[in-house]
Amino acid sequence: MSPPMSQLSSTWTFFADHRAEILGATLDHLVLVLVAMIIAILIGVPLGMFIVQRPALRTIALGVASIFQTIPSLALFGFLIPIPFIGGIGKRTAIVALVLYALLPILRNTYVGLTGIDPAVLESAEAMGMARSQILFRVRLPLALAVILAGIRTATIITIGVATIAAAIGAGGLGGFIFRGVALVSNALILAGAIPAALLAILADVLLGLLERRLKVT
Amino acid sequence: MNAKTASLPETLIEFRDVAFHINDILARVIVSGISLTIPHGETFVLLGRSGSGKTTLLRLINGMLLPTKGEVRVQDRPTAEWDPIRLRRGIGYVIQEAGLFPHFTVAENVALVPTLENWDAPRTAARVQELLHLVGLDPREFAHRRPRELSGGQRQRVGVARALAADPPILLMDEPFGALDPVTRAELQREFSTLARRLGKTIVFVTHDLREAMLLASRIVLLQAGNVVATATPQEFLRLDHPEVRAFTSSLSVPPGAPA
Repeated sequence: MSPPMSQLSSTWTFFADHRAEILGATLDHLVLVLVAMIIAILIGVPLGMFIVQRPALRTIALGVASIFQTIPSLALFGFLIPIPFIGGIGKRTAIVALVLYALLPILRNTYVGLTGIDPAVLESAEAMGMARSQILFRVRLPLALAVILAGIRTATIITIGVATIAAAIGAGGLGGFIFRGVALVSNALILAGAIPAALLAILADVLLGLLERRLKVT
Repeated sequence: MNAKTASLPETLIEFRDVAFHINDILARVIVSGISLTIPHGETFVLLGRSGSGKTTLLRLINGMLLPTKGEVRVQDRPTAEWDPIRLRRGIGYVIQEAGLFPHFTVAENVALVPTLENWDAPRTAARVQELLHLVGLDPREFAHRRPRELSGGQRQRVGVARALAADPPILLMDEPFGALDPVTRAELQREFSTLARRLGKTIVFVTHDLREAMLLASRIVLLQAGNVVATATPQEFLRLDHPEVRAFTSSLSVPPGAPA
């Protein structure tokens, strides 16, 4: 058998032998991503709604969120370890870092979605005697939903990727295979982490994309 | 006419020496020295070029802008003292692009103010039917469509129906037919002039089109650079001797068939 073929078959054998372990790591990974995304959405969407009304806070909030995005992910995990309460080794620190990463796309898309609405629609809403909160919840938010969801979709895909690095600080997940594979120079191990992570990202992209299309109002 | 409308004061809208400035680095005067009395049931057309202050006057009436000097009184109360929400619920508003909510159906758009005013469902539904008929749209065909499934003219009809929904005594219209093709535009102008006479609303209508003003107005108010330069009935207006009036009337005087 030629070398690539033998590698493929040995990878396949490895997958088959360790399927329970791979599945467990995939579930771990998924939980990590879901918890981080839920927290990021719970912070990002209300904060985005808030900064629409407060121009002074807008620059600060978007600026701080952008700074987190520019920090290399491995460094961000490292920075968090010595910080009391949120830091240390393990899942909690990883989730904090993932939330910080996911925040910018969600925050920015919420803001853009809420402000990018046809001015004629907002003008007539105001002129019809709608209160500011009614305009926010009945007009701006429903019309911004597809754009907000696009931000959540981007953030989810980023988080699935970044979460593999969380294994470096002992958070578990699919990154464990990748780090071990790099250390042991084993392609089979690396692929055991990389393939499920890629499949998760594709699946999230497709599902959220479908939802986004359903929510879009033209 | 119902009892609510009958009990309204003679003068529904009054501008008392009103000015509006924007305080940028330099204070910019948008309109100044405006005194106008708009009696109940009249159709006042604010005519002027772009930037003459027409839309500003309209927005001063429903409190979307407050005067920097003088006062605008609606039903004998200055707009600054009104709760802006209450004031606006009693004033219909139609703008050029209609501004319909794209995520609402036609019926939901028309039902907006009744819904905000907590009308019960049967009353709202009946009102929506009545209004769609009034603006010439068959509810069976149009009630469940979205605004994007309508032509420009149909959207504007829905805009008028929405503005009339809670039977407000005042209707403000900002170039409502301005974005339509000439044929649809003429059609809607004719229909609306009949409708306006039938409804007995007090209407303030902004346009830069003298033909439209002549067709709809009981009184034309000509604005130039933020000032009122003439107030006249359509018949009187054509005979006024003012350079801005002549500028507008000369735009009418192209004989039919003449080369443009």
